[in-house]
Amino acid sequence: MAVVEQEEAPLELESGEDQVTERPLGAFTRPGGGGGWRSWLFTVDHKKIGIMYGAAGLLFFIIGGIYALFMRLQLARPNNSILSAETYNQVFTMHGVVMIFLAAIPLGAAFSNYLIPLQIGARDVAFPRLNAFSFWVFLGGGLFLLTSMFIGGWWENAPDGGWFAYSPNTGVLFSPSKGIDFFAIGLQITGIASLVGAINLIVTVLNMRSPGMTLMKMPVLTWMLFIVQLLLLFAMPVISVALFLLTFDRLFDANFFNVAQGADPLLWQHLFWIFGHPEVYILILPSFGVISEIIPTFSRKPIFGYPFMIFSGIAIGFMGWGVWAHHMFASGIGPVAVAAFSVSTMFIAVPTGVKILNWLATMWGGRIRFTTPMLYATSVVAMFTIGGLSGVTHSLAAADTQQTDTYYIVAHFHYVIFGGIILGFFGGFYFWWPKMFGYFLSEKIGKSSFWVMVIGFNLTFGPMHILGLQGMSRRIQTYSEGQGFDLWNLVATIGAFLIAVATAMFIANVFISWRAHRAGKTPAPGPDPWDARSLEWMTASPVPEHNFDETIEVERQDEFWHRKWGKDETGRVVRRATAEEVAHDGSNTNVHLPSPSYWPIVAALGLPIIGYGLIYNLWLCVVGGLFVLGGLYGWVFEPVDDPNDDGHHDHEAHGTSEETRAEEVDENSSEEVSVD
Amino acid sequence: MTETATTETSNDHSEDHVSTLGVSNDKLGMWVFLGSDCLLFGGLISTYMLYKDRIGPDDLGPEEMFDIPFTSVSSFVLLMSSLTVVLAITALRRNDIRRCRIWLLSTAILGAIFVGGQVYEFTVFYREGLGYTTNLFGTSFFTLTGFHGVHVSVGIIMLMSMYIQSMRGKLTSANEEKLEIIGLYWHFVDVVWIVIFTIVYLFPQ
Repeated sequence: MAVVEQEEAPLELESGEDQVTERPLGAFTRPGGGGGWRSWLFTVDHKKIGIMYGAAGLLFFIIGGIYALFMRLQLARPNNSILSAETYNQVFTMHGVVMIFLAAIPLGAAFSNYLIPLQIGARDVAFPRLNAFSFWVFLGGGLFLLTSMFIGGWWENAPDGGWFAYSPNTGVLFSPSKGIDFFAIGLQITGIASLVGAINLIVTVLNMRSPGMTLMKMPVLTWMLFIVQLLLLFAMPVISVALFLLTFDRLFDANFFNVAQGADPLLWQHLFWIFGHPEVYILILPSFGVISEIIPTFSRKPIFGYPFMIFSGIAIGFMGWGVWAHHMFASGIGPVAVAAFSVSTMFIAVPTGVKILNWLATMWGGRIRFTTPMLYATSVVAMFTIGGLSGVTHSLAAADTQQTDTYYIVAHFHYVIFGGIILGFFGGFYFWWPKMFGYFLSEKIGKSSFWVMVIGFNLTFGPMHILGLQGMSRRIQTYSEGQGFDLWNLVATIGAFLIAVATAMFIANVFISWRAHRAGKTPAPGPDPWDARSLEWMTASPVPEHNFDETIEVERQDEFWHRKWGKDETGRVVRRATAEEVAHDGSNTNVHLPSPSYWPIVAALGLPIIGYGLIYNLWLCVVGGLFVLGGLYGWVFEPVDDPNDDGHHDHEAHGTSEETRAEEVDENSSEEVSVD
Repeated sequence: MTETATTETSNDHSEDHVSTLGVSNDKLGMWVFLGSDCLLFGGLISTYMLYKDRIGPDDLGPEEMFDIPFTSVSSFVLLMSSLTVVLAITALRRNDIRRCRIWLLSTAILGAIFVGGQVYEFTVFYREGLGYTTNLFGTSFFTLTGFHGVHVSVGIIMLMSMYIQSMRGKLTSANEEKLEIIGLYWHFVDVVWIVIFTIVYLFPQ
């Protein structure tokens, strides 16, 4: 324990200016705070990691969308032959896997990583290096899955068993290509990423809140994301078990799904859906949280029934574990089980309905501003309600038996997933874009792309209700003429391309608005462009590296709002202070932050190599294992601090609670007790 | 949601920057991870329960296979290691590094004896005709106990790295929490073994 005199060293990592003057040689120094690509590759900053999650998620969303466009092209006309039956199987599998595991989950993770620490007034997450690790593991696992398209021939080894991968269809006997191996190992890797991220964020929410921020003062978004992390925590090991069993079956000739030895095919279905149904809520709750921030802001009213919002979220989280077998009504699980799961499925609609009513009540009587984020948020309420109602029709087992494996199911879950999740996330992008990047996205392009997207979405998936009830099967690459499927399939294909246009408009908006911002044509957003309510708006835009200049003492829910607005003697709401007066300007640069680190990405790189090794050559596993071991070794033994800045504190390395939060240094008396 | 109750009280901590719950992040992280690990073993145990009686007409079943006295001894060895890890933690708390090292090493050795016993048991079963691919019982038995063995081995590696740290003179009472966290993991692995031993070995008898 040595007392180290610490000089005032401003930390200006984001500007690329480096305090580095000399760097001791050695394998285990930590990377300095340079700019450029290094500052992203080795970052442990939750905001950069959140942005990378978002960028990767959007990229995978576009890739998954391209798969969907090919499927729609194939189905546009009867007896089409753009995709063969084998390729079609692979394309719809990849579409599902990419959209759910590589687009929707990471986009949720983007919001969790970026916003949870900001909304609870923390400097960073509890374990910054683990956070970087989980992002790189996710990216590695995702790219590993995608390479299955190329390795061993174009579309020879892509998974072809559907995202649900029912056994024994996925055994070597029925699926001899390497596709299912890529599926099982790739999802195992991304599962590790989700699990590590969940542990990290749960600890963050429980342990890193600013003083006064009790659980029941946390913003609804943080609450919903917290519930999502709990669901991930308990759902991921279940899918891990299922994927382990499948991998062992395929690679080591185990018998788990070997029907010839008396295996039970329902084992996979149970394990998969025990994970799979909570997964549905893992996907939807972040979007619920996002619109629970947008709607109050643009209705200029607090969220209606805050405790009901929270407890209905918790109820969804609990009940989500008791409905999985409604995915299996047609698999012969017996009348008692079917009846029980029917009832629980109907019942879970109740907390969701509570949420919808609360959003409506929040808007009721509010002074609504229909900005682009608000348009997206209201469309979520409408579209999700449609998807939710068609979901309730599935709880009637007799009807569900008719609808199973038809396009009616496809219509239902796309209304929930696209209408509920993707629209909500786009609203979130428009809402938090100025906070994240310091410039507005164009409202004009935003609103027009919104209408293109909503119309395209309804044209795509609305007709699928009709197709499904007419009996069109899903997962079949074509249909013959004269069955009454022609018109609606064509409409759906046109709609799908409209969605693609809307997505392209969003991407264009990002660049056009950025150029307008660079040219100085658009106003700077300031800390609080929307007159919003939660703590992330109480600091500069874009958020400085250290988040807040000083610890925020929280007294009320919507603390930031109450600092801006108050009531006069007559009870009228009057402005007490402008956002600029209340918000931190990011000028306090004497904040200790965890140093960047090389090792998370090194350790994460090993996992896909192990994956290739398991499939092609076990020696590669040794190489991958060395990466993981070397990464962990470097991780444990790297110095706590950036060698050039004694002020940095890494959270994990000490483990005592005093260091769990980066500390501010008093401006003049900068004496610090260094642990090493 | 037991945490909710604790939060309200621990908010009164006036020392700034103490974690909200008064528990360190690392320890809380380990607790959360162990919660997740319960589900991993839950899935594997359920699979085993489903498949334990699915054997060929000439295959040996669980009743004939298991050597209860032998496994009882190795279970006892593993349980004793829970005691020794606690002794190591208390020694470290008193800053008695020498004793702490002794107990660390004995915990690791007891764990290694358990894993060795498992390897021996697997070999015996294999010789008696129960391979990994023989039948559903074999597949699910080796997978479940194998996963547990890997958990024990990871624990041994963690204990040994603490021990190596102590040889370099880096082990002080400041590291007590690290050891406590490893201890949490170690106890968890022991508790899981009690469940496995009961369900897998004792129930069929």
